[in-house]
Amino acid sequence: MNRRAIVAVCAAAILVAVAAYAATEYLGYRARQAAPSEVDTIAAEPGADVGAGDGGTIVFRNTAQGAGYGQVASVPLGEPAGVRTLAPAACDRIDSTGSARLCLSIDRGVVTTFTATLYDGQWRAQQSWPLPGVPSRTRFSGDGALVAFSAFITGESYATVGFSIATTIVTLAGAAPAATVDLEDFAFSVGGQPVTSADRNFWGVTFAAGDTFYATGASAGRTWLVRGDLKARTLVAIRENAECPSLSPDGTRVAYKTRIEGTPAGQWSIAVLDLATGRQTVLPEQHSVDDQPEWLDDSTVLYGLPRADAAGDSDVWSVAANGTEAPVLLIEHAWSPAAMRP
Amino acid sequence: MYISFADRGGSPRRRGTGATRVSSVVVTLGVVSLLTDISSESVAAILPLYLTTVIGLSPIAYGVIDGLYQGVSAIVRIFGGWAADRTERPKWVAVFGYGISALARIGFLLATGFTAIVAIVTVDRLGKGLRTAPRDAMITAASVPENLGRSFGVHRMLDTVGAAVGPLLAFLILLVLPTGFTTVFVLSLGCALLGLVVLGLLVPGRTGGAVPPAVGTTPVRPAFSWRALADPGLRRVLVVAGLCGLFTVGDGFVYLALQARTDFAATWFPLLYVGTNVVFLALAIPLGRLADRWGRARVFVAGHAALVAAYLCAAVPIGTLLPTLVCLVLLGVFYAATDGVLAALAAQFAPAGSTATGLAGAQTVVALARFLASTVFGVLWYSVGSTAALLGFAAALLLMLPVAAFLLRTRSSPGHR
Repeated sequence: MNRRAIVAVCAAAILVAVAAYAATEYLGYRARQAAPSEVDTIAAEPGADVGAGDGGTIVFRNTAQGAGYGQVASVPLGEPAGVRTLAPAACDRIDSTGSARLCLSIDRGVVTTFTATLYDGQWRAQQSWPLPGVPSRTRFSGDGALVAFSAFITGESYATVGFSIATTIVTLAGAAPAATVDLEDFAFSVGGQPVTSADRNFWGVTFAAGDTFYATGASAGRTWLVRGDLKARTLVAIRENAECPSLSPDGTRVAYKTRIEGTPAGQWSIAVLDLATGRQTVLPEQHSVDDQPEWLDDSTVLYGLPRADAAGDSDVWSVAANGTEAPVLLIEHAWSPAAMRP
Repeated sequence: MYISFADRGGSPRRRGTGATRVSSVVVTLGVVSLLTDISSESVAAILPLYLTTVIGLSPIAYGVIDGLYQGVSAIVRIFGGWAADRTERPKWVAVFGYGISALARIGFLLATGFTAIVAIVTVDRLGKGLRTAPRDAMITAASVPENLGRSFGVHRMLDTVGAAVGPLLAFLILLVLPTGFTTVFVLSLGCALLGLVVLGLLVPGRTGGAVPPAVGTTPVRPAFSWRALADPGLRRVLVVAGLCGLFTVGDGFVYLALQARTDFAATWFPLLYVGTNVVFLALAIPLGRLADRWGRARVFVAGHAALVAAYLCAAVPIGTLLPTLVCLVLLGVFYAATDGVLAALAAQFAPAGSTATGLAGAQTVVALARFLASTVFGVLWYSVGSTAALLGFAAALLLMLPVAAFLLRTRSSPGHR
């Protein structure tokens, strides 16, 4: 057999092997899709206010295998493990108020694009914004007048700009066109010194009252909890080593993820900072948490943890904010929780 | 586009008749690069998605990996060139480089954590760094000097086809199979292995000396020497490449400037580089031929003029579709007129026996200069704004062009040795 023939045989063998693998994966995927969901679900009534229950609800991304995978789901606050109501939208990150939802989605295609879509209470799309890459975080303000979303700037490998993330805050002024601001345009300072370096990045906004918000600021591999002011267009670092903050409903504490010295890179713990005293309490979660926490109420913090045994699946856990109790599994097969308190 | 497969069965050492055909070795190496680029770019395109949605990595962790992806290969380039010249077996240095990248692909199927992925990406990029210079040296050896620009044009065209097809294939797989990341990894591994097989079996180990032996003399291959890099001709090429590189920022910045200005660029941001690549692959051969006829230095300098125009285009405050498209075309022209042409220039001026080292030197100088440029540009971007930064770099690069033309003036005749 000459060399050309050997190459042809190798090419055919590789092609068959790759095709066989792809076909197996595809059939498995189809079977999983066709299978009933591994959890109890019901489809939302058309036109019903999905996710708005009288006693409060938790809205999240459903990651249970089977029908409804990736769709937004909701459960009553008092019955987190109960039947989940599936909404007619698929989101990678979701936040919700009583009358609006902000959905960050990956629109797969030969051209994969990324979108932030604003829905009303009945899941009718109101407005959308293109995102420059993989969705990261989104949060509404308490009154629903503001919404922030962050996305990685990715999608192409020749860009030598390094890691970059874009964060936008949108003022939803009723019928008027929404006004957007980019956090990159704000003045950022650490310890009173302005930071203008090229690698500044901001993400993970959480809103306080008025024009104040908190977010993550990063530069040169360091991260800070920053306090932002929408009017003054400033971002002031208030604590180092804190990412993806989340303000408690009473506005007194911030939960975030932080790196504990002596743990490997890529390992984050979850901690709660008392804003008045500056005291940090590390919560007793042993797994690395890479999520923006969410407050279930003033004493409980929620976060997602990926499942080690299934790619693309995760669970939502809850832990006491004072660090006194071990975390408990709150909702299986769920991601990106948003609590809608009554 | 015309690629000859002449001389297929016979001696692979030279192109077919006269100086008008491209050696089958060059085409085969192009196919190897095409397969390898499908392999690496399909993974690179979905890696951000995979790391953030499946592995669950945060922004900062992703930044570390991205930095590795861009930076690691520059370190080992010179070593790859040195090894190829020293051993006089560029093929086996290249096989080693392609081989360890293929091994890294197996790692993707097994990796589950941050550390593992950092290790895999590092190994993959080490392989890329090692193989580039020996491969370009083989292209040089398989070409007649008068045809060098065209040979590199053919190779870069095939290479870029792979870079454009890889991400599309990957996204196509994810479209049909949203959880199909491992399928992409398997495809990537398959392409890498096939590339390795083609290289190992179809590319001859010795592609002949760079200098055709004169009739009646025994070809004597000059010994490798580090002093090759100090050769006056090569040194000028390295200086010019470095000076131009100092004002060449990554396309990422140009895309970001466009994205901030136009809805079109914002919506299609993940695909802007495909537009650039399509122009690059369409023009790689014509501009390579032009370089052979009109002068490689001239085309190289003209390519940078296109880059100046691209900067200006990205800086104009017109939020319409047209500047975005013109900008992508100009970036494509820039790559087509400089990437393969610089390799041809470096190979042309590198002393015999030190071709791979000369090529590696040029690539390393360009990589380091561009890294500096991107760093400085990033600082400017945030201190004076994207428009001022782009205009400043455009002005500086424009001033650099006459200097580059002057430095390369006497040595631009095709086929100089």
